[in-house]
This record gives sequence, C-alpha cells and structure tokens, in this order.
Amino acid sequence: MNTMTGTAQGGGTAVTAAERPQEDVLLSVQDLRVWFELRRFGFGHAGYVRAVDGVTFDLHHSETIAIVGESGCGKSSLMKTILALHRPTAGELFFEGRRLNDLKGQELRLYRSQVGYIQQDPYGALAPFMSVQRILEEPQIINGIKSRSEREARIRNALEEVKMSPVEDFLPKFPHMLSGGQQQRVVIARAMLLDPKLIVADEPVSMLDASVRVEILKLLRSLQDRHHLAVIYITHDLSTVRYFSERIFVMYAGQAVEKSLIDDLIRNPLHPYTMALLSATSDPDANNATRFRDVPPGEPPSLVKPPAGCRFHPRCAYMMKGLCDVEEPPHFEPEPHHLVACWLHR
Amino acid sequence: MPEKTLLHIEDLKLHFRAGKGTVRAVDGVNFDLETNRAVVVVGESGCGKTSLAKAILRLLPRNVETYSGKVYLHDTDVMQLNDEDYRRKVRWIKISMVPQAAMNALNPVLKVGDQVAEPAIIHNAMDKETALAQARKMFQHVGVPLDFLDRYAFELSGGMRQRVAIAMSLVTAPDLIVLDEPTSALDVLTQANIFNVLKRIKSELGMSFILITHDIATSSELADSVAVMYAGQIVETGDAQRFFAEPLHPYSRKLMASVPRLRGDQEPDFIVGQPPSLINPPTGCRFAERCPQRFARCVEDPPTIRQDGRTVKCWLHVA
Repeated sequence: MNTMTGTAQGGGTAVTAAERPQEDVLLSVQDLRVWFELRRFGFGHAGYVRAVDGVTFDLHHSETIAIVGESGCGKSSLMKTILALHRPTAGELFFEGRRLNDLKGQELRLYRSQVGYIQQDPYGALAPFMSVQRILEEPQIINGIKSRSEREARIRNALEEVKMSPVEDFLPKFPHMLSGGQQQRVVIARAMLLDPKLIVADEPVSMLDASVRVEILKLLRSLQDRHHLAVIYITHDLSTVRYFSERIFVMYAGQAVEKSLIDDLIRNPLHPYTMALLSATSDPDANNATRFRDVPPGEPPSLVKPPAGCRFHPRCAYMMKGLCDVEEPPHFEPEPHHLVACWLHR
Repeated sequence: MPEKTLLHIEDLKLHFRAGKGTVRAVDGVNFDLETNRAVVVVGESGCGKTSLAKAILRLLPRNVETYSGKVYLHDTDVMQLNDEDYRRKVRWIKISMVPQAAMNALNPVLKVGDQVAEPAIIHNAMDKETALAQARKMFQHVGVPLDFLDRYAFELSGGMRQRVAIAMSLVTAPDLIVLDEPTSALDVLTQANIFNVLKRIKSELGMSFILITHDIATSSELADSVAVMYAGQIVETGDAQRFFAEPLHPYSRKLMASVPRLRGDQEPDFIVGQPPSLINPPTGCRFAERCPQRFARCVEDPPTIRQDGRTVKCWLHVA
C-alpha cells in the first residue's frame, strides 16, 4: 500500500509533502490494523472483526484531515487507536517519532495529555454531577498541575478561547443548565486545556442544531489556526468537511478507498463509493423532490468476512468480473496527490 | 376552503404546565395541506416542532394546560371529537405517525412482520391473515425483502428498521403520515434511500406527508411546501420552489444561510443568540432579539401577511 504523499496545507501555507522535513510529521500511521476477536461461549475463537484493515497516513503539524465514512466503516476504531484506547493488532503508530504501540504508565499519560478529544455527544461526554469548573479542573489534577492558581488561570483561558464569557457565569453551572452548543464548547475547552498538539474530533457537530453547527465549526477552525493544532475531523457529513479541512480520506469497510484534497474530491471523485456519497448528499433545492437519488444497492459488508478483492465490488455499478472480485486494488494516483484504491484507474 | 385541502389547521395551541410556568410549545399555528402533497416543518430544536406533531395526532402528555384550535381533516373538525372517537376514527385510520427514533422503538421480542401487521388488526379490524398480507404489500412498497417478515428488529440494520417503521405507518392505509425526524440518525446513503422510498410511496400510493425536521438540506428531498417554525409559531409558509430560492422571513433567510453546502461557494453563517424560552416568550416579534433587520415596530406582534400564496409573519412585509 502506498503512503499518502498529498499536499499538506496547514495554517494557510501550502507546502508539499516532499518539501516538508521528515520531523514535521506529527502522527504517522503505518499499515494499521485493528481487529477484535469474536468469541463463542466466552472462550472458543470465532473469527475477527476487522474494524481497521490496513490504513496508512502521515499527519503534519497544524494540518487538518477529515475522515469520512458511514457508520461501521471503522473510523471510530481508527480514532480510538490513535487515542491509545485500543491497541493495534498490526502496523505501527508514531507520534513525533515515538512509537505508540506499547506505551505504558507515565509515557502513556504524557502522550494522552498531548492529544485532545472532542466527543460526538456533548451531554454524554460531560459528567452530569460536576460543575463546569470541576469538569475543567479534573484533567489538570490528573496531569499533575499542582498550583491552584495555575489551574484557575488555565480554566479561565480555555473558556475565553471558546468564547464563554463572562467566565464567572459559567463556572458554577452544571451541564444540564447549558444549551447543546455551550456544552460542546465546554467539551472543546476541556480538550484544549493541556495545550495539545493534536485534536481528534469525532462528529463534533452532528448532535447540534443546524444554526449552531457552523458556529462550532468556525470556532474549531479559529482555534486550529491560532494554536497551530493538527486536527483529525471524523464525520459522515461531506457538506461540513469543506469548511474545515484540506485533506480528506474516504473509508469503506475498514480501508481508506480514496485520499485527496477536499476540493479535488468534490470536483472529481474517483472511487465509485465516493461518487455515491457525493450524489447522496443534498443541498437545499426544491428540485430535489422531483428526482430519485442514485444509491448503490445493498449495505456495507460484514467486517468479519469482508468480500474478496475490492470490498465495494458487490455494490459497485462498474464492477469488472474476474478482477474486482478477485484481487484487492492497490492505491493508484491518476492525478497528482489524489489516491484511489480502484481498478478503474489502473 | 379549496376542494383538495386534506388538512386545515387554525390557531392550534398546545401549552404545558411546568414548574416555572406555562410552556407555550405550540402557540397559534395555522397551515394547510393538500392531498398528495408534503409539507416540511423546519426549525431549531425547542421551537415546538414535535409538540405540533403531537398536537395534530392528539398524543398528549398529562401536564397539558391548553389544547385548543381547529383541525379540519377533509372538512370535519376533528377537535370536536372526544378522545375515544378520535382514537377510533382518526388516529392510525386517517393519520399515522413515524415518531422520532422509531427504528429504536420496535419491540425486540416480536417479529417485525407481526409488528407491522398489528395496527391493521387493531384499527382496521382485519384478521391476522389479511393483516399479514397487507404487511407484506407494505414491505414491498418500502423495499424490505419479504423474508425479513420473520426476523426480529435486532437482526435488521438501522436503515431497514426505519423502513419497517414506515411500513407500519402505512399498513392502515391512512391519508396522511406525520414523520418526525425520520432520517436524523442515519448515514448519508441510507438517508438518501429512505427519501427515495418516501418519494415512491408518495407517487404510488398518493400519500400526503408532514415532515418535521431541523435538516433543511434533506428536507428539500420531499418538500412541496415549507413551514418555518420559530418559538411555537409558524413564521413563514410557502411553496418549496420559491421558498428555497428566496425565503421571506429574516429567520428563514438566516436559517438557509446556516446550511453548509457541498456545491457553490457561499460561506455558511450562524444565527447569533438562542431561541427565546417558551415559558415567557417576548411580546412582539419573537425573533426580534436575534434579527438583523429589526426596527421600531417589532415590539408589537407582527400580523401574518399573505402574498401570492405565501404567508410571512413579519413587519418588513407589511405594505
């Protein structure tokens, strides 16, 4: 499998990967596989769920990438492995050159303090019995910030960053007293508390109202610019990706099927699955009501026994018999920095 | 009233008693729906969309304070019926509903086929055989393979379960289906699939829909007309063609501008502030506080202006 060599645009300056020094890579994922063992009656082996099955990419400092896919395509497992919540079954993860696969104890804690996590459901992510102050204090206590005044300064800082001012009004509040957008701001403030280098945002706006969604995305964007954060933005909604990231991966059944710059992907999708995703995403237009959408038949395959060859072939309109259902497609590069795992582009 | 009108709602109110006072969830709603048309009700969460659905179907919780207005279904005011008559003559028979997250509300210990047939047995007094045959027909309409009749809900994917919930609302052959956020928890492809199903039902069975959603982009997949709800009131109604091209009310314009788009270059914008509490809604225009175009008159409650078949509740449009 090829390594992604796309252009990386971070903080507004375009630098191609070739020009970037190797040490600029923040997170490197090499042929990552995360399999979960299935057991029968608690001890008999019954196969594996291949949630992530060979994913490779490099993420540079202050770069944003979006990972797009349907539920069950393995994007959450990939994210949790990056957060060191799951252990990779095979393949390697490097963060600033340090191997993450078997970090333990103090080292693991140090790594986690450098990675912020923004959950999908803000209400579920905030302990209902803690005030905003305690929610924001706890990660600091765990990470050994002993001075009370420093902790308070950081809380104040973080809340101002997410535009929750006056800070005093919010500190004593409990999550249920806040609106959905405010809850998500607290979650973002918590992720920012320890000055992370990387933020992993798992569908950060999918539970929010349309009118608040854009506000939160713009906030994330401005934080990313200001602090030169690297962000992994995980979503199933292609229409929000454009406003947020430059590079995009499309995942299907545990694998990245297309990697490119977002504008190239929208202008010229190469993988049939990406085409389907794009054509199923609607913009507000009254003419939508008069036409049917093209949707590939069937459903994503089981990850226990994924189809041989290309995993999309049973649903694909362009399937070539004897090739797509036999041999797994490698990544082709039909246009510069635009990789696709599909035999159509060989 | 024009002949084709299926549903005509006049000054519908649904207020709840709560600890801090009266919650005016639905506060004087008017709109019309014609046969074989779909109206979408859009608005932010907490604007009373779901309460409106419940008020139409008379699915009321115990803390109702006021429930008034007129709901004409085929020219008869169903608000005059008592609860028992409403249950026997209207609910399921004339109007059925796919509630929010219906796909997660299927009974886990019943086969989905039996579950879909059940409303027909209870409300249309069918025997089990006929009801199951009817269920089979509905499964075909919504595109669920027939061998799924004998499966349980947990054996189905989210999209399939949502189709089953829609099949269940169809089985009693109602005139109108109320859909409350039918696709909000589903993936993009599944969502597109469900809307294909709804479009097909609409053309094949001549069904009418009220679609309640906060997702404006996907709402355009089904809409013939649009009603925008804000703080318990309908602030704008109109046909979809003209609404999506050019909304009239400042709130509708802001709402449309907040939609991230895949195609086109405009940057999405957000609406500053939050919707008002429904306990003590502001007098005058309820959107005034967040409105970029407010002026002196907005302290008074704006009238609903009718122009070229559209309505808008805003002082800007008063001649």
